[in-house]
Amino acid sequence: MSNATKHWEKTRSLLFITLAIWFVFSIGIFLFGAEMNEVTGPFGYPWTYWFTCQGSLGIFVILIFWFANRQEKIDEEFGFNERGDD
Amino acid sequence: MIKGKFIDNLPKVYGIYTGGFIGFIILMAIGEQMGMTAKAIGIAFVAFTIFIYALIGYLSRTAQADAYYVAGRQVPTVFNGMATAADWMSGASFVAMAGGIYFKGYGYMALLVGWTGGYILVATLLAPYLRKFGCYTVPDFIGTRYGGNLARLLAVIVLTVASFTYVTAQINATGTIASVALDIDFKYAVYVGLISILLCSMLGGMRAVTWTQVAQYIVLIIAYLLPIFWISNKMGAGFFPHFMLADEVARIGELEAQFGFVKNSAADLATVPKGLAGITKAHSAVNATPWAFISLALAMMMGTASLPHVMMRYFTTPSVKAARKSVGWSLFFIFLLYSSAPMLATLSKLSLIDPTLSTGIIGKSFAEVQSIDWYQNWNQANLMFISDFNGNGTLELNEFFMGGKAVVLATPEIAGLPYVISGLVAAGGMAAAMSTADGLILAIANAISHDIYYKMIDPRAETAKRLLVARILLVVIGFAGATIAAMKIQGILGSVIWAFDFAMSGLFFPLVLGVWWKRANRQGAIAGMALGLASSIWYLVWVRTGGSGFLGITQLTFGIFGAAVSFVAMVVVSLMTAEPDKATQKMVDEVRIPSGRSVTGK
Repeated sequence: MSNATKHWEKTRSLLFITLAIWFVFSIGIFLFGAEMNEVTGPFGYPWTYWFTCQGSLGIFVILIFWFANRQEKIDEEFGFNERGDD
Repeated sequence: MIKGKFIDNLPKVYGIYTGGFIGFIILMAIGEQMGMTAKAIGIAFVAFTIFIYALIGYLSRTAQADAYYVAGRQVPTVFNGMATAADWMSGASFVAMAGGIYFKGYGYMALLVGWTGGYILVATLLAPYLRKFGCYTVPDFIGTRYGGNLARLLAVIVLTVASFTYVTAQINATGTIASVALDIDFKYAVYVGLISILLCSMLGGMRAVTWTQVAQYIVLIIAYLLPIFWISNKMGAGFFPHFMLADEVARIGELEAQFGFVKNSAADLATVPKGLAGITKAHSAVNATPWAFISLALAMMMGTASLPHVMMRYFTTPSVKAARKSVGWSLFFIFLLYSSAPMLATLSKLSLIDPTLSTGIIGKSFAEVQSIDWYQNWNQANLMFISDFNGNGTLELNEFFMGGKAVVLATPEIAGLPYVISGLVAAGGMAAAMSTADGLILAIANAISHDIYYKMIDPRAETAKRLLVARILLVVIGFAGATIAAMKIQGILGSVIWAFDFAMSGLFFPLVLGVWWKRANRQGAIAGMALGLASSIWYLVWVRTGGSGFLGITQLTFGIFGAAVSFVAMVVVSLMTAEPDKATQKMVDEVRIPSGRSVTGK
């Protein structure tokens, strides 16, 4: 298997992991919106309300940075990292 | 030479700019104390900020294609994040979203999830790969990846339909704000808005838009957050509202239970001016079925990853790695505003409906409410209305109506903040709508000038001529948008949601599969774009003309249907026809490798 193929395989599995987390916090939890809203969550807000206002949004921000770092590691591992930029 | 220096000095330049803007706010506050009128403050805020943007636009003028189309591909990640956030957060986010949440509660909070979650798709599926590709426009990618003028043309058509729907809403928003702040008729105000928009982008294209968008982000985020913190502190709700409003959210729930949601009769509602609404949905309770919430969020997420004016911002970063990081920064800057919108809706609603607060109007007599200054102003602007349906002389929850835009624009006044804050909010709303309109008009004009004029009609055109065509198109599209905006066909939020649906119907799968499925070919992409867009338009017309729709897909989420058709068409047709040639497959392989020269060799 060539270098590029291996790199792409790792990239693809990172994609699946990232999308799985994305799915849970953008769609999955809202299947149980009504039930979850009965329970008090962070800062005293109901859980569903908190997720729609802050929780899911904040998780998305962290998820992108995490993804970008993991992808950079994969690129470095296969020698595809770029030099000369920030 | 000067450019390089400018890039190195960005933090300093924008630091001074931010300081100067805060100084201007303080100056206006002093002016207000010394007797400056509300109108003069409003005009000063809007005029001063527009002048600054126009100045940046002028200083960024350029005659090079690379600078005009992709800002020379040297915008640092954090600044590109800010520019994208301004590009992204439009009149809909700034002016209309808190209003939507105020009226519709949980159902509309799907927009918060949808308009942020979409960035995961942008970061993982598209942005880095399109950056590696090295194109100037989104149709440029489609045209090169799939080959042939028809695919390119269809991509331009989808882009134009989506972006144009979107831009009319933004010009509408600039017009609304300009008409309130400058006190002129809406019909003329839209053109004032348009000219301000064109001043930023005309001379410098993407480069000018990038640097004005950063400036606009700074104005809009200050204008959004300052009143929220101020009101929250003034009300005693907590000094950091995001973490401390749980009691207020619960209190609204109590008040709702106490007042009840009384349904008005159709005859009564007919007397309410068009576009105004009352509170009919619970504030924080889950009142939508899971599918209604999820389908709206899903449509907005896929739409995010298909909108060309957002995607093309990532063409301006220096590298693939920077493009990825930049998506993260974009979302961070967007998060700052989006996580605040529900807090603003909460504070605004409580200020109005809590009878124990001095600002509350529910339960007061009609004569008393009608004598309030802010009520008179906003009633005159056709954004507020009260009517004694049950004839008992006191204002009930179901007898108070407000325009969605008023939630953001009028709340500082309602909560009793000095007028300087209202002026600041007007400037912020203007910045949000202008920055998005600039990005959109540029996306359309660039696609037509680059993909249709240069790539299809006259491939030997010189740079000067290409840029001239691009600029003429900019003006023509702007005026067409303003003319349609003046007709007020659909509200701001509605038009924006439609734009997402159109974009995802035509572009989501052709873009994503172009990178992630090597087997996707020209015929498949053509079928995907054409059938996706056509079926979405058909569905929208059908639902709007009384059709019942299916699977709970409404006129806000019809993109789900369009995208499904597009996906099936693209896969089936691709598999039925020959696989793409070796050169194309090699091109896809190259796109997947982050290092090295861009695929188009630029």
